[in-house]
Amino acid sequence: MNGASFWTPLFGAWLLALLATAGALFLGEVMGLTPCVLCWYQRIAMFPLVPILGLGLLYGDARCIRYALPLAAAGWAIALYHGLVFWGVVDAALVPCGPGPSCAAAERQRLGAVPIPLLSLVAFTGIGLLLWAARRKEAS
Amino acid sequence: MNRKWLVVATAVAVVAAFAAGAWLYEHRAGQQVVQALDGQPEALVRPHAPVYGNPDAKVTIVEFIDPSCETCRAYHPIVKRIVNSSFGQVRLVLRYAPLHQGSDTAVRILEAARQQGRYWEVLDAAFATQPRWAAHDRPQPELLWDLLAEQGLDMAQARAAAASPAVDALLRQDVADLLSLKVNRTPTFFVNGVPLRDFGEAPLKALVEQELQKARTP
Repeated sequence: MNGASFWTPLFGAWLLALLATAGALFLGEVMGLTPCVLCWYQRIAMFPLVPILGLGLLYGDARCIRYALPLAAAGWAIALYHGLVFWGVVDAALVPCGPGPSCAAAERQRLGAVPIPLLSLVAFTGIGLLLWAARRKEAS
Repeated sequence: MNRKWLVVATAVAVVAAFAAGAWLYEHRAGQQVVQALDGQPEALVRPHAPVYGNPDAKVTIVEFIDPSCETCRAYHPIVKRIVNSSFGQVRLVLRYAPLHQGSDTAVRILEAARQQGRYWEVLDAAFATQPRWAAHDRPQPELLWDLLAEQGLDMAQARAAAASPAVDALLRQDVADLLSLKVNRTPTFFVNGVPLRDFGEAPLKALVEQELQKARTP
């Protein structure tokens, strides 16, 4: 039994978080798309996953999974909600949008053909599944 | 041990990819502007645009400004100083980029002041008082009328000028040009048609200096 069997899925989760963070910063800082309020909440959940999971990987510390799961779950829930707003399932009037761009403005939230909220939802789903796999391997 | 290096190398690779992507993106954006200019050099300097400094200067700074933009406010004295200290070799041409709510009204009031020959005084005052009238969530450009009154301008004439078809046409043209030149931030500078790539006071001065050198050597 390999003492660090959780490592590979944990690495995958970290890599997803790293790519998502780099992507979000690229959209915001390089391409100049202002994040809407819901985007900011997802960023708050996503960005800390990079150092938390990264340090866990460096020190072979599986406890980082426990610390990361609540963030991943919160981010996933917000991404799902954002997706529902984006596709018009939830009425846009219910969205807590303050100053800044609308969270439902479809034309501003696409990267080519791909909606940005969908990218976020995919990333959080992947991170959640990989963390769950890492946790199971750690427990076994 | 190897795994630690894998983590570090991955992080470095992603950061490097980000930097390369950012460079490529900026480079492409710059080239699009150059291409847009190639087809229509006249889109940069229109005859209706306000000119500061010697009209026959060899070097022309074109600045797209938004009266409500804080960075335009900060750059205004810098750009004027470049013109003032050039011994008539550099002029400034202002184009409007009314990107904020209420900016179009502000432009109309500025143009009304221009019609009575007090444009630069009122523009200075508008920038000086910007925090009071240009809050982005609650703009009050109407306050700018007070600046015209302080200058002793004919207010009835100014109000008529601000609503005139000439100012409508000017605003329409400036907005059309900023869209075709892909200007989406203010201030955006062009010096003798060359877009300023790295934004900043020192790069702007360097670009002006470079164009002055070019103008001196025939």
